[in-house]
Amino acid sequence: MSIWEYANPKRFMQSSAWVLPWAVGLTVLCLVVGLVWGFFFTPDDAKQGATVKIIYLHVPSAMMAINAWVMMLVASLIWIVRRHHVSALAAKAAAPVGLTFTLIALATGALWGQPMWGTWWAWDPRLTAFLILTLFYFGYIALWAAIENPDTAADLTAILCLVGSVFALLSRYAVNFWNQGLHQGATLSLDKEENISDVFWLPLLVCIAGFVLLFVTMVLMRTRTEIRARRLQALLARERVA
Amino acid sequence: MRDLRLAIRSGGGFGLGLAFFFLLAILVPLGVGPDGGTLGRIAPGILWVGALLACLLSLDRIFALDFEDGSLDLLATAPIPLEAVVALKALAHWLVTGLPLTLMAPGLGVLLNLPPAGYGWLVLSLLLGTPALSVIGAFGAALVVGLRRGGLLLSLLVLPLYVPTLIFGAEVVRRGTEGLALATPLALMAGISLGAAALLPFAAAAALRVNLR
Amino acid sequence: MLPDLGKYSFAVLGSYVATVVLIVGLVALSLWQRARVKQALAEVEARQGKTDG
Repeated sequence: MSIWEYANPKRFMQSSAWVLPWAVGLTVLCLVVGLVWGFFFTPDDAKQGATVKIIYLHVPSAMMAINAWVMMLVASLIWIVRRHHVSALAAKAAAPVGLTFTLIALATGALWGQPMWGTWWAWDPRLTAFLILTLFYFGYIALWAAIENPDTAADLTAILCLVGSVFALLSRYAVNFWNQGLHQGATLSLDKEENISDVFWLPLLVCIAGFVLLFVTMVLMRTRTEIRARRLQALLARERVA
Repeated sequence: MRDLRLAIRSGGGFGLGLAFFFLLAILVPLGVGPDGGTLGRIAPGILWVGALLACLLSLDRIFALDFEDGSLDLLATAPIPLEAVVALKALAHWLVTGLPLTLMAPGLGVLLNLPPAGYGWLVLSLLLGTPALSVIGAFGAALVVGLRRGGLLLSLLVLPLYVPTLIFGAEVVRRGTEGLALATPLALMAGISLGAAALLPFAAAAALRVNLR
Repeated sequence: MLPDLGKYSFAVLGSYVATVVLIVGLVALSLWQRARVKQALAEVEARQGKTDG
């Protein structure tokens, strides 16, 4: 069965109905295991002390903040090319989730940075890039909210997401250029020599899985709500005409 | 021919952006203090941010008039491709906003104690960068043209898109004042302007078509 | 109970608290929106169900 079967709203509602409880369960499991493990059962870092425990929140949320936008981009492209309403609504549903992850990344980044760098906020390239990302999220969400006709909104927000993605990438490089930054180099490089030791890496992996699952769960739930809302709108429009 | 004239019609707002730019150059020293050293250091940034915000002021008028009186529908069906209409509108906006700002900037640089080495780079960076602001602005205006009060939303949508141009443009001026190498930011900023001018009219035209449905 | 966080307790605990607050906020908002839409949809469907016969 092709994945496009799920593009049909009714199919999507049926399938997501039974997937959702499992998703919720797995999410809670991974998050609880990962965070408890990381918080209670890992040592302090030699240089960073106990603040290394923030890594279990900061890294997964930062990863998901970006991944959420990428998902929105893909969903927007699918809407533009194949006109599947579920896709457009999934992008709409994902935006607040991505925004939340971005805010978590910023908050934990600032809280981590304060004892490390001695300042509540530093215009470090990565933190700055995330600050700009929140603006992109706000704009996208605001545009959806401002337009009444759902198909028009879906089209315009999809175009915005596409153009925005290009500029978000440009901004990332511009901000890097603008400031060499205080962030340590990539901590999660897969092929290079290990930058984090296993004792931190394994619970981190579980936390990352937990955040991914959280994203999936939330997007499934919110897309279902969007589909219902769309149906509601259509029914109300029918009433007005009759 | 009439279509061409319609396409170039800029919708006014000529003085407002310039007045705002001027105001900013007065308000910032009042807020920051008269110390010449401080002002001189932040002048490139202030001038660039000011130009950016001033451009923003007249953006919603790029398509608004034509949308309201139906000329946009005419333009969409005219022999000129809608993408070209967008480019012409952006050009008109630039001639009426970006270019005057660029010419005015050195005068304001004096008020902000811009170091002498920076003036040439200020004008060059604005000359190369403000077209990007107009084209990006036209894209934003196309997105919100159907909304009655799109002004604030327009700013929210467009300002993040302005960030790369702002960073590189201000960097050019800053490095110019210090005599450092600035080929990279200059090239990047010019690249963004060219890329935006070449590609964004397509996105903007697509948005206009959606709004005209 | 809590591991000794030393001078970093504010930063670490603050991060965990902020994260939980934001996630709980998102979940609560989403659940509220879901409930609201579900109820409105049920009402309209009942109404239209009656008139459709």
